[in-house]
Amino acid sequence: MDGPGIAAYLILAVVLFATGSLGVLIRRSPLIILLALELMLNAGNLALLAFARQLGNGDGQIFALTVMVVAAGEAVVGLGLIVAVSRKRVELDVDRLTSLRG
Amino acid sequence: MTTLLAASAGNVLVWMVWIAAALALLSSGLAVVLFPNPFYSALALIGNLASLAVLYLLLEAEFVAAAQVLVYAGAVVVMFLFVIAYLGGRADAPWAGGPTLQAVAAIAAAGTIAVEVVVVVALKAGDELASPEQISESFGSPAEIGNLFLSDHLLAFEVTSIVLLVAAIGGVILGSAFPGERGSEKGLE
Repeated sequence: MDGPGIAAYLILAVVLFATGSLGVLIRRSPLIILLALELMLNAGNLALLAFARQLGNGDGQIFALTVMVVAAGEAVVGLGLIVAVSRKRVELDVDRLTSLRG
Repeated sequence: MTTLLAASAGNVLVWMVWIAAALALLSSGLAVVLFPNPFYSALALIGNLASLAVLYLLLEAEFVAAAQVLVYAGAVVVMFLFVIAYLGGRADAPWAGGPTLQAVAAIAAAGTIAVEVVVVVALKAGDELASPEQISESFGSPAEIGNLFLSDHLLAFEVTSIVLLVAAIGGVILGSAFPGERGSEKGLE
């Protein structure tokens, strides 16, 4: 199979990563910031898998699976924090969440 | 000659699938970032993950693609949707009205990252990145992944289980009511 080379996948991955970082920087809702973080992690996964195929080495796929596990854990803890913050009746806006002791 | 024709027809098909998946990936990624409602953002993330799974299949990572759909679309996004539904209307943060300084700086930063890496990849695309791919028949299969996980990467495999356990405990602790939080608990009811 001789489809798109690794350069095409890498450019796709970096554009997706830039989209995710734009979301992290530009949005104020912590929920959407978490979603944009998932985009960035997935862009990293895409690059890992592209390199794994390029080098014919399965280690990159193991890395990608581990990154998925970390992303799942990050989503659990992040969502737990968001729910805990919203219980304090604080507005969900990362520009206003400036103090740890409310 | 016929094999050559068949090969190039296969290439065209791979390219078509790749372009469709790439367009879906980038547009759904932008949708995640730009939709004002977090609910629609989470739904767009499902499309993003599905098109990523197609790309993973093109990269001969069948097991990762299946795990991606199961773990992300099946579990993580559902968790996001639960939390968004639980938080209700309060989840809608105000979308920046007009181009603020922060938004302009964010677009500049993200564009800089993209342009920088694209230039590096384009500079290197000719030589180092163009080496031929040599892939064994079983590359990316569950058997190969399991073999790697239980031999070379056994420590990562075990640490993964601890990470998941700690994350689960942390989620429970964060989600349960603290004793000092009585007032805010009453406020919820």
